[in-house]
Amino acid sequence: VTAATIGRRFFVYGEVGQAQLYELVSRVLHNEVIERWNFNQLAPGFTDDTATAPLTEHVDIASLDHDGLTELSSTRRLGLTADEMEAIQKWFNSNGRHPTDAELETLAQTWSEHCSHKTFRATIDTPDGVVDGLLKTFLRGATDAIAAPWVESAFVDNAGIVRFDETHDLALKAETHNHPSALEPFGGANTGVGGVVRDILGVSAKPIAITDILCFGPDDVNSRSLPPGVLHPRRIRSGVIAGIADYGNKIGVPNIAGAIFHDASYTTTPLVFAGCIGLLPRGSNPTEPQVGDYVIVLGGKVGRDGVGGATFSSQTMSNITAEVAGSSVQIGDPVVEKGLIDVVVAARDLGLYNAITDCGAGGLSSAVGEMADELGARVDLAAVPLKYAGLAPWEVWLSEAQERMVVACTDPEPLLALAGRWEVEAHVIGHFTGDGRLTVVDGGETIVDLDTDFLHNGRPPLRLAAGMLDTTRPPRTDPGRLPEGVTANEALLALLAHPSIRSNEAVIRGYDHEVLGGTVVRPYGGAALDGPADGTAIIPPGSAPLEQEQSVLEQSEGHSKARAAVVGIGASILVGRHDPEAMAWAAIDEAVRNAVVAGADPRQLSLLDNFAWGNPHRPEALAGLVAACRGCHDAAIAHGAPFVSGKDSLFNEFVYEHGSPDPVTPTLIITAVGIAEDVSLIPSTGVVADGNDIWLIGPAPGHLGASYLDEVTGGDRGGEVQPPDPGAVPRHGQLHRAISSGLVQSAHDLSEGGLAVAAAECAFAGRLGMTLSVASTHGPAELFGEGAGRYLVEVGPDDADAFAELVPSATRVGWVTDDDRLRIGVEIDVSLDEIGEAYVGHHYQPAPANLIARAATPDGIPADAPEEPDSATEPQVESGGDENGDDR
Amino acid sequence: MSRPSVLIPVAPGTNRNDELAVAFEAAGARAAQVPLEALRTGETALTDHQMLALPGGFSYGDALGAGRLLGLDLTGWFHDQLHQGLEAEMPIIGICNGFQALVHAGLLPGSDLPASLTDNDHGRFECRWVWLQPASKRSVWTAELTEPLWCPVAHGEGRFLVDDPEPLVEGDQIAFRYGDPDGQQAHGVYPLNPNGSIDDIAGVTDATGLVLGMMPHPEDHVFGRQSPHRRRVNGNRCLPLFEAGVRAVSG
Repeated sequence: VTAATIGRRFFVYGEVGQAQLYELVSRVLHNEVIERWNFNQLAPGFTDDTATAPLTEHVDIASLDHDGLTELSSTRRLGLTADEMEAIQKWFNSNGRHPTDAELETLAQTWSEHCSHKTFRATIDTPDGVVDGLLKTFLRGATDAIAAPWVESAFVDNAGIVRFDETHDLALKAETHNHPSALEPFGGANTGVGGVVRDILGVSAKPIAITDILCFGPDDVNSRSLPPGVLHPRRIRSGVIAGIADYGNKIGVPNIAGAIFHDASYTTTPLVFAGCIGLLPRGSNPTEPQVGDYVIVLGGKVGRDGVGGATFSSQTMSNITAEVAGSSVQIGDPVVEKGLIDVVVAARDLGLYNAITDCGAGGLSSAVGEMADELGARVDLAAVPLKYAGLAPWEVWLSEAQERMVVACTDPEPLLALAGRWEVEAHVIGHFTGDGRLTVVDGGETIVDLDTDFLHNGRPPLRLAAGMLDTTRPPRTDPGRLPEGVTANEALLALLAHPSIRSNEAVIRGYDHEVLGGTVVRPYGGAALDGPADGTAIIPPGSAPLEQEQSVLEQSEGHSKARAAVVGIGASILVGRHDPEAMAWAAIDEAVRNAVVAGADPRQLSLLDNFAWGNPHRPEALAGLVAACRGCHDAAIAHGAPFVSGKDSLFNEFVYEHGSPDPVTPTLIITAVGIAEDVSLIPSTGVVADGNDIWLIGPAPGHLGASYLDEVTGGDRGGEVQPPDPGAVPRHGQLHRAISSGLVQSAHDLSEGGLAVAAAECAFAGRLGMTLSVASTHGPAELFGEGAGRYLVEVGPDDADAFAELVPSATRVGWVTDDDRLRIGVEIDVSLDEIGEAYVGHHYQPAPANLIARAATPDGIPADAPEEPDSATEPQVESGGDENGDDR
Repeated sequence: MSRPSVLIPVAPGTNRNDELAVAFEAAGARAAQVPLEALRTGETALTDHQMLALPGGFSYGDALGAGRLLGLDLTGWFHDQLHQGLEAEMPIIGICNGFQALVHAGLLPGSDLPASLTDNDHGRFECRWVWLQPASKRSVWTAELTEPLWCPVAHGEGRFLVDDPEPLVEGDQIAFRYGDPDGQQAHGVYPLNPNGSIDDIAGVTDATGLVLGMMPHPEDHVFGRQSPHRRRVNGNRCLPLFEAGVRAVSG
């Protein structure tokens, strides 16, 4: 056998016409981006090992005018503006020669939105004055203003680095992988995970956790209404989820946190955000290549997949994108990346390299180009291992792969031997010269010879104009009442069944969240392990010495005082439609809430930002982006939580055949990462024991503008969206103090759907009833309003005074009952099974009694049932003390 | 006496080797994680160690089926070392992908008892916590276990099938059955039995009881803090399983 291939054959039964067959193939069975098909027989598509590589092309640009340059950029899909093309023309003219195709591609990749973040670095004229770069002014600006002592590195390398304990740091990164996931959901999401894991490896950290946030169109879109080239949301959803599961599970990094949102605007532009956390010993990420160091490429061989990923992801999509950009989607190989992790971590610990970076977008061109920034380097493509013959030199130089790293080594031999021991490809492909030039030869021919200063600093700065942003909202119609004919019970059950609120347990169980053995707080927990957790926590494997673990073993079933890394995620997409600045505040507050509930100290949080926006060259889209960045800046400073890394994805617009753009809902995802000092104090998911008190932190009424209540009861009924609320910030610290004092048995934040949804989730997760009363009558603002800094907290009755003292913003609003009903005033009265049927869906089955875990006393024996309060009686609303000025 | 050494081979795509090493170290062994290539080149040999533990993961990306290529390694170049180990009555454990490889290699449940691990009943990869009833009274791994174990499964191909489980029952080769916290068998009911395994079989031994294979991951519930419950009734850690193996070679 010299070659083998696989294919799939479908048998179609019944009376099916030719047209229906074609529709079945194109809509359901086959993805033209990566697959071929035929009736009956299909010839195998073997690669041709005898194919000859195309020659390097020299492109005459000297004589082109403005329009000619624009057209060249367009036909070669370089994604460069006329200004940028003119700068390139000028440089080559002054050097008296034509650029090669490889040089044009190198410049296009390096200057792409994806690699150079030119919109976030652009000077922006706004109605309120000039903004000298969104990144510098707002994101890094907040980080500089906070000057947090725990930040080791922010915005400089592939990932941010923050302190974890006395000896170790965490590396943090969150990526977007939207465009590829729209075309080829499995491959796009698959390599999205691979890419962010590789970013973490690019700062010498061992990946320990993956996160993912997904945004899809509605499940019930009519497939005939979709424009050509757009896959059905269900197909995108299942492909993306399978792609994330495949890569994360195979690479052996637990997927511990995420969210799934559904909205009509995500139909043509689905969003995939993947994050990763890594652990590294402090000071173990060398970043200085030396003159004379060898350039070594580690990992997967080079193929044609992934060519042009950076330029592709920096452009808007249309119905023809699928045809021309198919090769931009890479093919993931998690087993190769797992080997890379083993080699890089071992090489790091042995001190075998002087610098490391990943072959992300732009492949070798960006990896070597970045490392050679000041020194210069010379690379021979003949030494680069290829998957198959026939690749043009520029394709070898540009091809992206998740599973490829470049390192700088003084002595390559120990690294090559180490790689051999782990069966990972490693090849010396060049050296660092010190001449300040990036030189690439292919055998005898020079295909790239660029001044690194021009490559990295030659891009003409971008200047953009932002329009006015109108965030005024109509007053709420019929405030204080639910729409005619809707009861509070019905609204609650509809909210619990909303696609962005309902249980994703079935999806999450397809991800391995246990591998590495460090997971402490899972995405789903509670008495039957099916209640939603807010944040999640992991003890970084390798951070706690075994002796510490073993000393704990001597205490029967005790918990160690081990320290955990905590992840909280925040998003507020409904608010973002109306007020991007308020969205930024809401998203950051939610990420902080989720992290605090999972045990993090809010005084030591670090933030990651992910923007998914439309075309920033449209002034109204840019106005929203400026407002969101301003909100990020102000909220980060209010919380004392610096941004350490991030990733923006712009041009998320689908352009129809007739030319009109369909921009995505402006979406900001915030990931907050913090530290829980003692995992044994982290509150439980779901209420724990009947007889305990329930406290509400923060004000009872919330905001109904852009709320999920409106989403499930017929649409926007006006009213204020939840506004920036600096007064909410101290409440996070109050809750954390109570958690640190061991007073909090369980906690849950109030987010989508407000108090009623949070209470339903607490009761369901704990498989216990709750009886609450937060006001004399409970209108929609009290039951379903949304706002910052609000939590439901379970505290033992004996701890009430101590809790009230530590959390002056809390009010005692009820208690846990041993029946199976959630009651809020007289307005809401539902059973746990009704909650389960709405929240889990039609396949919900009540858990058998012996699979419902009950409260433990410290020695591990179930507590005796405390005296039952009369659950039918309205609890009195009691003030917890000083209202701290932030309750309304 | 000195701590016995457990060899943990790491194939390309193996990924639960780190926590398996931690579990054995917590049980009193020394763990040697060695890439297959280093075993092939003779950097160390199985006979330099007292135990063998094949970890979970996706060896060789599960190309051609979960654990199949690693199984070929076991019957190919590793065959002689492995049989020296078996003759020396070495305790051997394969977890998840390691179990799949031992089955493909014909070591479990035995050459005269064909068995397979195939796609889960529901057809999906699934990660969830399960209760395990220790069954075999003759295996060094399970004979002393008195309590059910509680730990996660994380697999897509974990449905254990044999034509007839009776010979396994008669030979006392069933190591673990899926069950509930009260010690009752799952009787095929999902999710107690997460994958549809015949007779709720979660793990089997060979005829000697020295070679154990199991789909669930006891190495992920060695310490109390790994439990999903914090303020609820807890326990049923899996450390005693690893201690049993270590005790068997500690004399």
